Amino acid sequence: MNRIALKMLMGDRLKYYGLIAGIAFATMLILQQSSILVGFAKQTGAFIRDTTQADLWVMDPQVRFSQDLVPLRDTTVQLARGVAGVDWAVPLYQGFLRGKMPDGTSFTMILVGLDDATLLGGPPIVVDGKLADLRRDKAVFIQADKPEKKLMMKRGAGRPLSLGDRFTINDHDAVVAGTYRARDSFFWEPVMYTTYARALSFAPAMRSMLPFVLVKVKPGHDMQEVKRALAEKTGLAVRTNDDFIALTADYILNTTGILLNFGLAVALGILIGSLVAGQTFYNFTLDNLRHYGALKAMGVSDRQLMVMVMLQAGTVALLGYCVGAGFGSAMGWIVASKGLAFSMPWQVPAFAFAAILSVCALAAWLSLRRVFSLEPAVVFKA
Amino acid sequence: MEITASPKRSAVDCRALAKTYGEGDTAVQALRGIDLEINPGELVMLVGPSGCGKTTLISIIAGILDKTDGELNVFGENIAAMSAASRTAWRRDRIGFVFQSFNLMPALSATENVAIPLLIKGIPRNQALERAGQMLERVGLGSRRYARPAQLSGGQQQRVAIGRALVHEPQLVVCDEPTSSLDHETGYAVMEVLRDVAAVGDRALVVVTHDARIFEFADRIARMDDGRVTEVTNGQHRRSLQ
Repeated sequence: MNRIALKMLMGDRLKYYGLIAGIAFATMLILQQSSILVGFAKQTGAFIRDTTQADLWVMDPQVRFSQDLVPLRDTTVQLARGVAGVDWAVPLYQGFLRGKMPDGTSFTMILVGLDDATLLGGPPIVVDGKLADLRRDKAVFIQADKPEKKLMMKRGAGRPLSLGDRFTINDHDAVVAGTYRARDSFFWEPVMYTTYARALSFAPAMRSMLPFVLVKVKPGHDMQEVKRALAEKTGLAVRTNDDFIALTADYILNTTGILLNFGLAVALGILIGSLVAGQTFYNFTLDNLRHYGALKAMGVSDRQLMVMVMLQAGTVALLGYCVGAGFGSAMGWIVASKGLAFSMPWQVPAFAFAAILSVCALAAWLSLRRVFSLEPAVVFKA
Repeated sequence: MEITASPKRSAVDCRALAKTYGEGDTAVQALRGIDLEINPGELVMLVGPSGCGKTTLISIIAGILDKTDGELNVFGENIAAMSAASRTAWRRDRIGFVFQSFNLMPALSATENVAIPLLIKGIPRNQALERAGQMLERVGLGSRRYARPAQLSGGQQQRVAIGRALVHEPQLVVCDEPTSSLDHETGYAVMEVLRDVAAVGDRALVVVTHDARIFEFADRIARMDDGRVTEVTNGQHRRSLQ
């Protein structure tokens, strides 16, 4: 009987392809929007992920995301170093500053200042030069990825800022001494690295200028215990990388409305998918009611009919999902290659599959209600 | 009107059978106390004007509609006393259906359509298809076994439907207007197939029809009007046999 169910399903090619296309479209919509949302969420935490050496971040409790800069006392670094289980603790400066390129093009950057002695907290991959080059006079590192987009000189030469170029940060001279590679970030501004002391000299003077202290936990010590001890000693917020990434993503996605917008798009995908697939499948069942009635009259049990309808729904769900996932992934690959936010961890396709299965199960259930309530005597009506 | 049957067990035995659709002011009495006995091996035609209750009667006899009152035994079994599941299984094993509009599955070949009752019974596909092929030979469609219903004429489709009704060797075959969609010649040929292939042994056939041209195939003709059997006469077939 299962083979008959499948032949019934595939017998009307137009409806069959329509069903698969509807489900594929819904799958694609869910996958795309979810992956873009995940992509954005990942990008919000790019800076934290790139600061690979630290285990813990010490910050003001009011900080809501990685670029939310609330200054701490300079003594915080020493306090942190005194906590049992701390391997090292270093200051990390971060600030939004104005720069001016050689041709006079002005721009805003995120300047990161690394501990002068250790240069801990630096970018994950250095492309040109060595990180130690930051100790050279006026040295800064710029991002190697897409300089033509973020660091383009718009006048004169019309080229991106490059290795060896001299420019100014807040009217102080700087030299590009190296380049690095990092993850795509949610924030548009280019990130430049220099030493902590030089960063303070570039930045406008304030009483306190230290936004973060990076901490490494000694091997063999419990991170949660060290975190608790640090918070107690400093009276500040102490967050693991994951905590800080989650805090940042939560704040940015919620305050910018990205979560709401993409959440709505995903919901819309499910809704459209439900309507298209559900309606088409329901109509398919209605068109076949006479045949179901004949089968009931001939002695097919309700259980057998249920298996037949569920098999039909499951088949179109699986095929529609595969087609939609294929197209969705291909489009995602294109989108991602253009540098846009797109990330598809396994949870996204799993979620999309569960959503599509639910939609088809709902459509099958609605159809089954009609089949179960069908009087087999209907077959005697011409 | 009660019909006296032979001493052996009846194929169908209706006593004061009644059926009412709806309730209260909207109630419609479709059957008003039918007494009818059909013997094994008999081909009985139910005739009468539209709305007289013919289709309701065969639906109840075939176990796909519940009676409201009266008694009904089919081959000695009181189907009203059966559970829904038992009745479904009973229909599967004992009843063959021939529908006015054939009700063949358009996506299946003639052989697959004929094999459906066997597949419902759980007979392995290969065996079911083999038996279905043999049945198609018997109804004269051995050369069209792979044809889809859309590739067959109306008469051929009805012969496929007859094959489907008989392939599992049911005791009772109910036919609803089997020739009404067909021209006279084709309808006649279909009835010949029904008489030659279906009406064999102890199998009983109940045929609902408006088509007076096929009355000659009946052993008996039960005329119905307003939910009652008003007259039962011997058909030409019985007369010719006598």
